[in-house]
Amino acid sequence: MRALVVDDSRAMRKIIAGALRKLGYETVEAADGALALAALQEGPLPDLATVDWNMPVMDGLTFVTQVRANREYRAMTMMMVTTEAEHGQIVRALAAGAHEYLIKPFTPEALEEKLALLGLLPEVAGA
Amino acid sequence: MALTATAFEWVCTLVRRESAIVLEAGKEYLVESRLVPLARAAGAADVSAYVDGVRIRPDRKAQTAIVEALTTNETSWFRDGAPFTAFSTAVVPALKQARASTRSIRVWSAACSTGQEPFSLGMLLADSLLSEGWRADIIATDLSTEVLDKARAGRFSQLEMNRGLPAPLLVRHFTRVGTQWQVNDAIRKLVQFQQLNLTSSFAGLGQFDVVFLRNVLIYFDLETKRSILAKVRKALRPGGYLFLGGAETTLGVDEGWDRELIGRVSVHRPKNGGQA
Repeated sequence: MRALVVDDSRAMRKIIAGALRKLGYETVEAADGALALAALQEGPLPDLATVDWNMPVMDGLTFVTQVRANREYRAMTMMMVTTEAEHGQIVRALAAGAHEYLIKPFTPEALEEKLALLGLLPEVAGA
Repeated sequence: MALTATAFEWVCTLVRRESAIVLEAGKEYLVESRLVPLARAAGAADVSAYVDGVRIRPDRKAQTAIVEALTTNETSWFRDGAPFTAFSTAVVPALKQARASTRSIRVWSAACSTGQEPFSLGMLLADSLLSEGWRADIIATDLSTEVLDKARAGRFSQLEMNRGLPAPLLVRHFTRVGTQWQVNDAIRKLVQFQQLNLTSSFAGLGQFDVVFLRNVLIYFDLETKRSILAKVRKALRPGGYLFLGGAETTLGVDEGWDRELIGRVSVHRPKNGGQA
C-alpha cells in the first residue's frame, strides 16, 4: 500500500513515514497541501494520506476539502494527524471529508489501530 | 486492598531505572491494575503483597515482568476489533429477535479495567438499540477499586483517546474538558461499575445476555478457570453469549459450552440453551 504523508515539519514527516513503512507501506512526502495536490496529480493515487492541519501555502483542511471535491481521488482515505484537538475541529475535519483523526503526540500502536479501523493495515503488519 | 506507599514507590523506582518511564504520584491505580494479573499468577494475596515479595527476595524475572506490565500499551477502545464487530453485527441483531418481548438486554464486562471495554459496548448499543427504544444495562466489574474509580469518572487523556476510538464516535459521545475527554452522560449512565473478585460468588450480579470475559482467564489455574466458567454459565440467560480473549477457550476446561464462529471470532454459548 502507498501513503502520502503531508506535514510541514520534516521531523514529523520522518516519524510518520517511518512508522508507516514499518507497517508495510511505501511512502511519499509533501510539505504542504499544495505540494500534496501536485503529488496526487502526478499519481499514482495513494491508498492513504496523513494530513497535518497547520501548514504554510495550503493548510490541511483546505487540502482535504479540495481532494473531496475531486471524484478521481475518491478511493484515497484521509486521516488528519495534528496537534489540533478541539472537539469542533474534529467535527470540521470529518465534515470536510477526513475519515479519521489522530492527535499528536501519538504512539505507533495508536497509528496502527487507526489504520486497522480504516481497513488499511497491510497484511504484513503484526506478522 | 489499596496499594501501599512503599510498594508504589519501589515499583516507580524500578520502572524508572529499567525503562526511564516516570510514574507520577496518582498513578497508583495504573500500577495496581497492571500488576493484578502478575500477583494472581504468583498466588499473592494482593498487589502489595506481591510487590513486597519481589522487593524482599529480588527476582530478576519478576522484576522484568513488572516493568513490562507497566510499560506496554494502555487499554484500547474496541480492543482487538473483531469481537466488537461480531457483537454489533450478529449478537445484537439475534438478541433483538430473542428479547423482543422485553426489549431489554444486559451485558457484563468482567475485568473492565479503566472502562474502555464497557464504554465501547455502550457506544455500540446506543447506536443499535437505544435509538429504537430498547433498554440496555452494562455491568462492569474489576478487582481493583482504583481502576473502577477512574472508569466511573469516565475521563480519558488524549493518549488514551487515540487508542482505537473511531473519530466519528469520539465527536458523538465525548466532550473535551481541559486537556481530557469526558464520556457523555448518555453512555455513562448505561454502565454501572462495581468491584468484584472473579473467584467469589456472582450471585448479586443478576442474569446477562452477553458476557465479555477477555484476557483474564489466562491468569488463573485450571480449577479456578473451570469454576469461573461454570459460574458464568449460570449467570447467562438461556441463549446467551460469552466472549473470551483471542487466546482463551472453554475447550478442555469446562465442557458445558458450544462454540460458534462469527466471522473469525469464537463465541461460546451454554449447551442446551443454558440454565444447566
